Amino acid sequence: MLNIRGLAASIDDKPILKGIDLIVPPGEVHAVMGPNGAGKSTLGYVLAGREDYVVTAGSAVFNGTELLGMDPEARAAAGVFLAFQAPIELPGVNNANFLRTALNAIRRSRGEGELDAVQFLKLARAETKRLAMPDDMLKRNVNVGFSGGEKKRNEVLQMALLRPKLAILDETDSGLDIDALKIVADGVNALRGPDFSALVITHHQRLLDHLVPNRVHVLSAGRIVRSGGPELARELEKSGYAGIVAEAA
Amino acid sequence: MNAVSPPPRPGAAGFLARYESLIGALPGDSALRAAAAAAFRAAGLPGGGPGRRIEAWKYTALRPLADMLFAPAQAPDIAEPPTLAGAAAKVVFVNGAYRAAMSAPPAFFARFADRPDFGTLSWPDREPMTALNTMLAADGMTLDIPANTDGGTVHLASIGVGPTAFHPRHLVRLAPGASLTLLETANGTGPYLHNPVTEIHVGAGARLIHVRLQNEDIAAFGLSTLYADIAEHGTYDSFSLNLGGRIARAEIRATLSGPHATAHLNAAQLLTGTQHSDFTTVVRHAEPHGASRQTVKNVLAGQSRGVFQGRIEVARDAQKTDGYQMNQALLLSPDAEMDCKPELEIFADDVKCSHGATIGALDADQIFYLRSRGVPAAEARAILVRAFLTEAIDAVADDAIRALLEAGIAGWWDNQAA
Repeated sequence: MLNIRGLAASIDDKPILKGIDLIVPPGEVHAVMGPNGAGKSTLGYVLAGREDYVVTAGSAVFNGTELLGMDPEARAAAGVFLAFQAPIELPGVNNANFLRTALNAIRRSRGEGELDAVQFLKLARAETKRLAMPDDMLKRNVNVGFSGGEKKRNEVLQMALLRPKLAILDETDSGLDIDALKIVADGVNALRGPDFSALVITHHQRLLDHLVPNRVHVLSAGRIVRSGGPELARELEKSGYAGIVAEAA
Repeated sequence: MNAVSPPPRPGAAGFLARYESLIGALPGDSALRAAAAAAFRAAGLPGGGPGRRIEAWKYTALRPLADMLFAPAQAPDIAEPPTLAGAAAKVVFVNGAYRAAMSAPPAFFARFADRPDFGTLSWPDREPMTALNTMLAADGMTLDIPANTDGGTVHLASIGVGPTAFHPRHLVRLAPGASLTLLETANGTGPYLHNPVTEIHVGAGARLIHVRLQNEDIAAFGLSTLYADIAEHGTYDSFSLNLGGRIARAEIRATLSGPHATAHLNAAQLLTGTQHSDFTTVVRHAEPHGASRQTVKNVLAGQSRGVFQGRIEVARDAQKTDGYQMNQALLLSPDAEMDCKPELEIFADDVKCSHGATIGALDADQIFYLRSRGVPAAEARAILVRAFLTEAIDAVADDAIRALLEAGIAGWWDNQAA
């Protein structure tokens, strides 16, 4: 389980997170919603270990291990996965090689044997098929020339292959049509189980229709201002953030 | 011969003394050698001492070379260089001397020592290092590929064992319609000067693929000068991977002398420590519809310094010329330095010529993306450096040669990690 206490972080001396308290029990999916600039993406980056964010206070303990201060690759090895809002393009890096390198790095850290190219391709093809991705996405350079939807699906493909214990999805639904949305939701639902938790950062109720969260949190100006059940997302869809944000202020 | 040789002296004086001691003993045109000696005496080693620096050597000074004391080249015992898969023909030079026992020369091969031929392109340009070579060249490879003949793949290997200096003279002529893939490797141990001059003629409609892997010893000087003439519809497609040397310079002077000629002068330089490597090109478009392409990639670690000087000249008659030049540098250390000097000199009015340069560090977002997927930081950097080179390496079509280049890059990276 993920236990975040009093987490504060800044970038370029500008405070973004101002004391986040959040617990995600094992097996649960929590949604994080909130207006633009609230700090939702920062929360994802800080948990994944991006170096340009400076943690100024607090802790984030995952399955008994303090994440803050660990290298990003060590967090990945511990089971943390961030699906990027804007997946990074890697010109000159073949997607299949990238995925196999990542998978084998994770497998090494788990003490599992590495997969050779043939074993890997068999596994990857099965996943691309399940995610309704064309086979040639494995042959192309990582995210280069991918449409917005293809990039998001490529993130879900990585998640499916790496099988994280904590997935943080940063607006993975944005820019997706209804069919793709369902595929992404199914991808997360397929991982659901007692050893899997997820933080789903989203602006829209839409995704949460397919990926029903246990809890919904509203983040505003670097703090969680309200938490509730799935019905909170529907309420926000109707009335917007203004009321909740004003109430908290 | 050692009995009559004067005691060695360093620098230009040492080379001139060596020449004096060899007058009459060296093969070929002695008047040309005398003229070269006069030119070299006047020019000296570029940057080898005080005095005005010539523009062509603005960023590369041979001061450390001027301090070196070299002995006459010996014929040491060395291990045979590996044979390239698929290359039936191999021509090996050890300290600049042809080593028959290790070679499997093609039918169209001759030794410079037996049939000296200084070619027609290099003189009287009088590049100082060419003058030095012309003065002292003792051996080399001449290849004459007959018209409409595929010469296959030839591997030209140079192995240096220091301390010594050698100045091989190579000549490759492709008659009209001929084709050849030439792999050139340069390796060695210890401090030495490898100063080859290569002259290339690509006949009408002929095609030469020339891949060079310069992996000289870290204490060595590898200073090469290459002259190429490309006739109508001919293609000279070259790629140089520069990994080695204390001070290295690869200078290419290519003239597109017939219409619709093509020259690719691509390169990658991977440097570390205090290495210095200079890739200098002069492309002269003399006739219309020529195309030249240069993509030069530099990966610089430690306190290394990379230099790229690229000059494109377009003559008045060379209309419809298409020239492109791109220099990209990846600085892996704050102490590394890249000097880039593009020059365009265009006298025709209907041409397309472009050049560009980028110098940067590895992208922090890309590194984070890889690390967030579990890839350790060092491996992430290696992946991105390899990706940076992809465009250059993938352009080499021959699988066996590309594998050799890949191994060279992997070896360079292993040295970084060590």
